[in-house]
Amino acid sequence: MLYIKMKKLKILSNDMIAKDVYEMVLKGDFNLRPGQFINIKVSDYDVPFLRRPISVADVFEDQLTIIYKVVGKGTEILSKKEVGEELDCLLNLGNGYDLNIESKNIVLVGGGVGVPPLLYLAKELKKLGKNLTIVLGFNSKEDIFLEEEFSKYGNVFITTTDGTYGTKGLVTTILDKLEFDYYMTCGPEKMLLAILKSYPTNGQLSFEERMGCGFGACMGCSCKTLTGYKRICVEGPVMKSEEVIYE
Amino acid sequence: MSNLRVKLPGLELDNPVIPASGTYGFGYEFAQFYDINILGSIMTKGTTLESRFGNPTPRIAEASSGMLNSVGLQNPGVEKVVTEEFVKLAKHFNKKVIANVSGSTIEEYVETAKIFSDSEIVGALEVNISCPNVKCGGMAFGTSPAMASEVTKAVKKVSKKPIYVKLSPNVTDIVEIAKAVEEAGADAITMINTLLGMRIDLKTGKPVLANKMGGFSGPAIKPVALRMIYQVYEAVNIPIIGMGGIMDAEDVLEFIFAGATAVAVGSANLIDPYACKKIIEELPLVMKKYNIENLEDAIGRAHNE
Ligand SMILES: Cc1cc2nc3c(=O)[nH]c(=O)nc-3n(C[C@H](O)[C@H](O)[C@H](O)COP(=O)(O)OP(=O)(O)OC[C@H]3O[C@@H](n4cnc5c(N)ncnc54)[C@H](O)[C@@H]3O)c2cc1C
Ligand SMILES: Cc1cc2nc3c(=O)[nH]c(=O)nc-3n(C[C@H](O)[C@H](O)[C@H](O)COP(=O)(O)O)c2cc1C
Ligand code: FES
Repeated sequence: MLYIKMKKLKILSNDMIAKDVYEMVLKGDFNLRPGQFINIKVSDYDVPFLRRPISVADVFEDQLTIIYKVVGKGTEILSKKEVGEELDCLLNLGNGYDLNIESKNIVLVGGGVGVPPLLYLAKELKKLGKNLTIVLGFNSKEDIFLEEEFSKYGNVFITTTDGTYGTKGLVTTILDKLEFDYYMTCGPEKMLLAILKSYPTNGQLSFEERMGCGFGACMGCSCKTLTGYKRICVEGPVMKSEEVIYE
Repeated sequence: MSNLRVKLPGLELDNPVIPASGTYGFGYEFAQFYDINILGSIMTKGTTLESRFGNPTPRIAEASSGMLNSVGLQNPGVEKVVTEEFVKLAKHFNKKVIANVSGSTIEEYVETAKIFSDSEIVGALEVNISCPNVKCGGMAFGTSPAMASEVTKAVKKVSKKPIYVKLSPNVTDIVEIAKAVEEAGADAITMINTLLGMRIDLKTGKPVLANKMGGFSGPAIKPVALRMIYQVYEAVNIPIIGMGGIMDAEDVLEFIFAGATAVAVGSANLIDPYACKKIIEELPLVMKKYNIENLEDAIGRAHNE
């Protein structure tokens, strides 16, 4: 144990990188794995009351990057934070992706704000000598981010729902044409379930759930799996395709 | 030196701070943050006879200065709680716990209570007749004086440990229920459980919680909790453990003034895992600020003429 920490992290930058999407860099010492998340108290007061869970997008030396989309009050407050301010964070949450896999040809599939955690994942998988293909799905051209960063790690395919950039359609339209022996994905539940339906084995999927605490205390985020009840915030957010119950 | 000790039926507490049921798991999860022996006691997660998964997700919604939950008593069943969860807890905690008991029928309360009351680590039972998140039973028992009395009597009869009955705020007259459980043999009252509430997602046009309604907790409900404790204190002679929105040591004192002998801290633990520790450390300072040497002397101060 002694694994979860509560820390104040200094904001080094906080910039818009696509429509309503911000990249924030925080300073501290970290021991984070790809697929893990942090839980942020965006206000010193009682409103908003709950912390906001955000995935780790990258870790480099003493810098942690998160990428978030403004969708409500909490993320809006976050977007207005100034460089130099400190953020109250719970760290090292969740299980993260299992990198201990034999498959060589891996496809990473991200949708919307499910894209950021795949960046750190791509970096770490590349270090392990894997061949990566990256499929990213967005709504529209103006929503796209990280395309260039991902191209360092493999071939990148972009889909947009409205066809304003890349291939028109959903990530699954590309996925069905690719050859791969393992996949890792993060994105909206609809997308995850569509992928799972076509590829029930040899994958890892990262799920989202509304959280009370983010560290296992409230049972707010439980789900049923073939290997028993799990808390998305502790035994997840990443699940093996073989254990997810398709509903 | 300020004296934080308080007495409850069957339990003497080093300080009045107890994590509230459902917000602290079975305690050991918090041992990674601090030495949990500093707590007065622990109210463990609501437990039923058989294992339960609880309600579908989303189970959590937010509100101004508070939150809603519809967890619905997810727990592994009383046998496993005693043989597994309490064993893990005992590795970190050498005091007695207050075991929270729930059920859908009186028989279920009774059977669960029997098993708990034989457990060494259990100092008292907290009989939850107020859970808003289960379809049958739960809150239904807490909203009628006759039913509340019936459960209390049945559990009291089989329990070898004192029983504290947890009241629901979702009633017209809380005093009536409090009197009924006192008469039925409750050794103490714990209050309040969550207020039944709802949030609606404008994008989907549907309630945020899959279960539609859930229990509202956090600082937003504090005035309701204080008012009810104040009323019940005047009407009964058994001690009250107060809860509902406590975030800091000043809040604790407010509950003590209203008539609580001890307090439980709930939602605050979810936002800040160190909440109870901070409150326990601040309490002597806040007592000093208000010239209180013995916390017990301050119980019910708001009722003084
Ligand atoms: C493990 C995990 C990792 C995440 N990683 C990222 C990320 O890297 N980048 C990113 O942009 N977003 C991410 N999200 C989603 C992000 O947490 C929500 O967008 C954010 O909480 C919305 O807060 P808000 O106050 O702006 O919205 P509001 O709608 O005002 O929030 C109201 C409540 O609902 C909760 N909530 C709303 N949407 C979600 C959601 N999709 N998932 C979980 N809770 C939600 C909020 O936390 C809050 O409690 C992640 C979610 C989880 C569970
Ligand atoms: C996530 C969550 C789970 C809860 N589970 C239980 C439970 O199992 N049994 C119970 O008696 N009360 C339960 N409660 C109610 C709390 O114990 C407490 O009475 C209530 O939340 C008010 O206190 P607070 O405002 O400090 O949270 C739960 C509350 C929350 C927030
Ligand atoms: S969010 Fe509280 S247990 Fe997962």
